[in-house]
Amino acid sequence: MNYQYVVQRLLLALIVVLGVTFVVFMIMQIVPGDPARVILGPYASDESVAGLRDRLGLDRPFFEQYLGWLAKAARGDFGQSLLNGQDVAPQLWGRVGPSLELALVSLAVGLAIAFPIGIVSALKQGSLLDIVPTIFSQIGVSIPSFWMGILLILFFSLNLDLLPPSGYTPISEDVGDWLAHIILPAFTAGFVSASIQTRFIRSAMLDVLNANYVMTARAKGLAERAVILRHALRNALINIVTIIGLQITALFSGLVLVEIVFSWPGLGRLALNAVEERDYPLLQGAVLVIAIIVTIVNLLIDLLYFLLDPRIEYA
Amino acid sequence: MTIETISSKKRKPQAGETLGPANTLWRDAARRLLRHRLAMFGAAVLCIVIVMGVFGPAISPYDPNGMDFANRFAGPSLEHWMGTDDFGRDIFSRVIVGARVSLQVGLVAVSVATLFGTALGLIAGYSARATDEVIMRAMDVLYAFPAILLAIAIMAALGKGIDNAMIAIGIVYVPIFARIARAAVLGIRNEEFIIAAKAMGAGDIRILALHVLPNVLSPIIVEVTLSLAFAILAEAALSYLGLGTQPPDPSWGRMLSEGRAFYRQSGWMAFFPGFAITLTVMGFNFLGDGLRDALDPKLRR
Repeated sequence: MNYQYVVQRLLLALIVVLGVTFVVFMIMQIVPGDPARVILGPYASDESVAGLRDRLGLDRPFFEQYLGWLAKAARGDFGQSLLNGQDVAPQLWGRVGPSLELALVSLAVGLAIAFPIGIVSALKQGSLLDIVPTIFSQIGVSIPSFWMGILLILFFSLNLDLLPPSGYTPISEDVGDWLAHIILPAFTAGFVSASIQTRFIRSAMLDVLNANYVMTARAKGLAERAVILRHALRNALINIVTIIGLQITALFSGLVLVEIVFSWPGLGRLALNAVEERDYPLLQGAVLVIAIIVTIVNLLIDLLYFLLDPRIEYA
Repeated sequence: MTIETISSKKRKPQAGETLGPANTLWRDAARRLLRHRLAMFGAAVLCIVIVMGVFGPAISPYDPNGMDFANRFAGPSLEHWMGTDDFGRDIFSRVIVGARVSLQVGLVAVSVATLFGTALGLIAGYSARATDEVIMRAMDVLYAFPAILLAIAIMAALGKGIDNAMIAIGIVYVPIFARIARAAVLGIRNEEFIIAAKAMGAGDIRILALHVLPNVLSPIIVEVTLSLAFAILAEAALSYLGLGTQPPDPSWGRMLSEGRAFYRQSGWMAFFPGFAITLTVMGFNFLGDGLRDALDPKLRR
């Protein structure tokens, strides 16, 4: 196995995380004018503005500020919320669980929709079983996730009264209630990502279905089922895993909105609340944690890709 | 397209003009595009949206901001095709006028992204390893953020409003154009016509602008169309979150968030603005896919 690839990939992830911290740090630096004044509003006294500037370290040289912030962030200290003065970090950790739960279930829902449809589309290329899903996936990528969420709430919660419109119950408290709350948001995010994945799974399958080894497998007299599952799908998986990896970032982007529509207590909703309250340390913490989660997931998927296909080399 | 058709068109190319084969390529692509049914459907939808955007206030049946308190929450009817909202404003008129914001933000944001992204990608693909690495790792960093989250963070720093939304969405899509442009440059940078241009003493900027850019144009055109779809979705999202368009101006995303409290009694307030977004985004997606098929027949399935 080519371990150089693994090392290079880890190094790249580290560089990206470092860059991410810099961008997140810059959020407060690019506030036009005096960030302390912007946070406190036009009626704050000069003393309190000066006090906040001092507390945030805004008077120190740029790189000193960044390195100081980075050193604290690396130890899990994201500063104090401007709103309630409490440490930001514990507020973030409480949100990671719900965010990851929703991400995982959404991904599972998306794949559960995309795999069968993508495979059948490829096998029946050009037939109605191919065209109808293709049109649906076109519609799926065009629907704003927040609008779809609203429509689902209208129909399933307000009209049919089947599922709760919003909120969250921890899985440790009541599994049934947790499930009832996660169905609509997970379906919303999952449907959008399924629309994209169906297309990629279809085209990855089409690629391998025309390959020589699939023809050989058929010529050997293998059952069609075995040809498709053992020979075609397995090879198509390599490409599919890459695509799923690329989709992870998009999935999280959609989840930010879905969390807000369904009042899901995740990091995305926390970030928006922080924006509304001009609570920059909280916003920085939330954005940083999400970006790091996305980077780690991407890294894991790249490494998985490496395990699936030993031929891969770092380009 | 065959070699014969290319060489049969013998005439002296003017300076800076693309040669015969390129013209044939574009004409072929146009023909394929016109035959692409979904692309034409998308183009038709977009024509309607553009007319709405350009002539909005002139063709809307009511004043989009005109309030009529006697007619609050009226359902869709012959007078008010899409009903009225909580201020008695005509939703159909607001949907028509709202097209302008979507198109404006889409065009400006994608122009920002195309300009900066393509330039960075061209430079990265054409430069020495070190410059390439620095640019592309910076792009990786921007790409590590979920798009909407990065836009929200940028808006948090710059402040609310439609101008900042354009900048934020533009920045978010820079890395995509950089990657596409770079990949396209890497594909051709060792081709003979580039080496020939170098041998003739052309400078880097001249080579990039006259020889490289025309050859990476088609993937960029496709991406521009698809990015317009994303940019319109992103604007709607930011406005829905209250960060983009500010009241009372109608924008599709804002209308969705304004109606939030009244969805139970008047579902049409939730339906029509979202439907307009979906249709417009679908128009760009269809056209983009059609362009891709038309410009790169090899990829066709």
